[in-house]
Amino acid sequence: MITIESLTKVYGTTTVVDDVSMAVERNSITAIVGTSGSGKSTLLRMINRLVEPTAGRVLLEGSDTRNEPAHLLRRRIGYVIQGHGLFPHRTVAENIATVPRLLGWQPARIRARVEELLRVFQLDPGAYAAAFPHQLSGGQQQRVGVARALAAEPAVLLMDEPFGALDPIIRAKAQEDLLDIQRRFGTTIVLVTHDMDEAFRLGGQVAVMSAGRLLQYDRPAVLLTRPADPFVSRLTGVADRALKLLSLTTAGEAALPGGCEGPQVAASVSLREVLSELVWSGARAAAVLGADGTPSGHLTVAAILARGRP
Amino acid sequence: MSAATWLRGAAALLLVAFLAAPQRFAPLFAPLTEYGAPPIYDQGNLALLALAQLGTVCLAAAASTLVAVALGILVTRPSGAQFLPLSRTLVNIGQTFPPVAVLAVTVPLVGFGEKPTLIALFAYGLLPIFENTITGLKTCPPQVLEAAAGMGMSAHQRLRAVELPLAMPLILEGIRLSLVINVGTATIGSTVAAKGLGEVIIAGLLSNNTAFILQGGLVTGLMAILLYDALAALERRVCRRVQFD
Repeated sequence: MITIESLTKVYGTTTVVDDVSMAVERNSITAIVGTSGSGKSTLLRMINRLVEPTAGRVLLEGSDTRNEPAHLLRRRIGYVIQGHGLFPHRTVAENIATVPRLLGWQPARIRARVEELLRVFQLDPGAYAAAFPHQLSGGQQQRVGVARALAAEPAVLLMDEPFGALDPIIRAKAQEDLLDIQRRFGTTIVLVTHDMDEAFRLGGQVAVMSAGRLLQYDRPAVLLTRPADPFVSRLTGVADRALKLLSLTTAGEAALPGGCEGPQVAASVSLREVLSELVWSGARAAAVLGADGTPSGHLTVAAILARGRP
Repeated sequence: MSAATWLRGAAALLLVAFLAAPQRFAPLFAPLTEYGAPPIYDQGNLALLALAQLGTVCLAAAASTLVAVALGILVTRPSGAQFLPLSRTLVNIGQTFPPVAVLAVTVPLVGFGEKPTLIALFAYGLLPIFENTITGLKTCPPQVLEAAAGMGMSAHQRLRAVELPLAMPLILEGIRLSLVINVGTATIGSTVAAKGLGEVIIAGLLSNNTAFILQGGLVTGLMAILLYDALAALERRVCRRVQFD
């Protein structure tokens, strides 16, 4: 649990972050979105004290982050930046081992952890542990960057535009992986992005910032249906908001009881995809498959459309 | 093997062969002498003189490296940034003040021998190492430094584990430049009685013996070239580990 209380950062006469208060739940993903210069990165960097606040404070599990030296605090908080920032003179294994080494872990424990993380991130330890960062592809470098941030099992992971440098296909895969990782390790993730789709896709909660102020902090569906500020609806986009709303609900969540004829869809796909499937096939309803692969419910076009309205 | 490697090997062989038994090369140098003067320097052991010169140069370079790198680190820290202009001026004076003049100034203070030469070479060799250290430290990729800070490295750990290794190729290049310049410059030390190949050149000038001058010059030149190559090879080994994408 991260509690941000009246956090303010002033550079000279410019207020970059203006009196922001918010609470981040444990085991959640929170996305901070905003245009460039909105103060979102500064807000993130005040959590691990790469930027020292002018006023206000941050509590981590109830204790003030200023209670310990900044570099010791940062060893407990994972940090991923755009363009990964891997150490070019160190191997992949050495990069991932950075924080465990700083913490003085036993070599055997470090080796085991590095190997585990490489496997989690689908990098064969035999082939990649001894490789140097420049020998990897962009997507692999990004994964090593996340693995390095998670190496010492931090409870909190901060990510600053982590997927900004990736092409769309690798980016989608990286987002998928991040959701898996979050489920697996139960890490509390705070992620800064300027991409609203990414924020909606990953964030259980989304914070919208503009000119240093926190305009709205809520679930994506609420941002769409009850925007607190015209800027929020501008950022989320008005033209396709119904479709965006549909993409936030899965077929499993919306399914009506009883099977039906027609195309079959997995429970995990979004209503937007089910609707697309129905438009494409011309059917009136789709069968929703349960975990065992048999139809456990169904969705009609009318039921889907009803979910696309506030 | 490439042509360059061949040339390098040949140069090394030639140098070793000549220093091991200079008299064997007497017929080569004989045409350069007049009135039956000795074709090979005979007032001292050429190999020992070469080693003495190399020793002086290496000692001076070690001192220059220590001071220049320490100064370079200091002025790239936020706390030491204000000393950058002053340090730069001092180091520049060391380079622009002619080594001969340094000898003239230091002899009355420390006497004849190795010491004034060491001081002159030390001052002369600071600049390339200092400037390269600064460039190396200032051009570390900002994301890498940001990541290092974000991982929880202290300022000292960042310097030791990230900044210095990344700056190492440039620092080594500075040391190489400094060393190679000074191998040649060191010959002037013989004017104040430092042991070195300058002695051979001066003897040649005094007795109008071109063979002596050539011997002193050639051995010095070969040493400089071989040292340059050896250090360049070392740099490449280091650079291979410090590649950027």
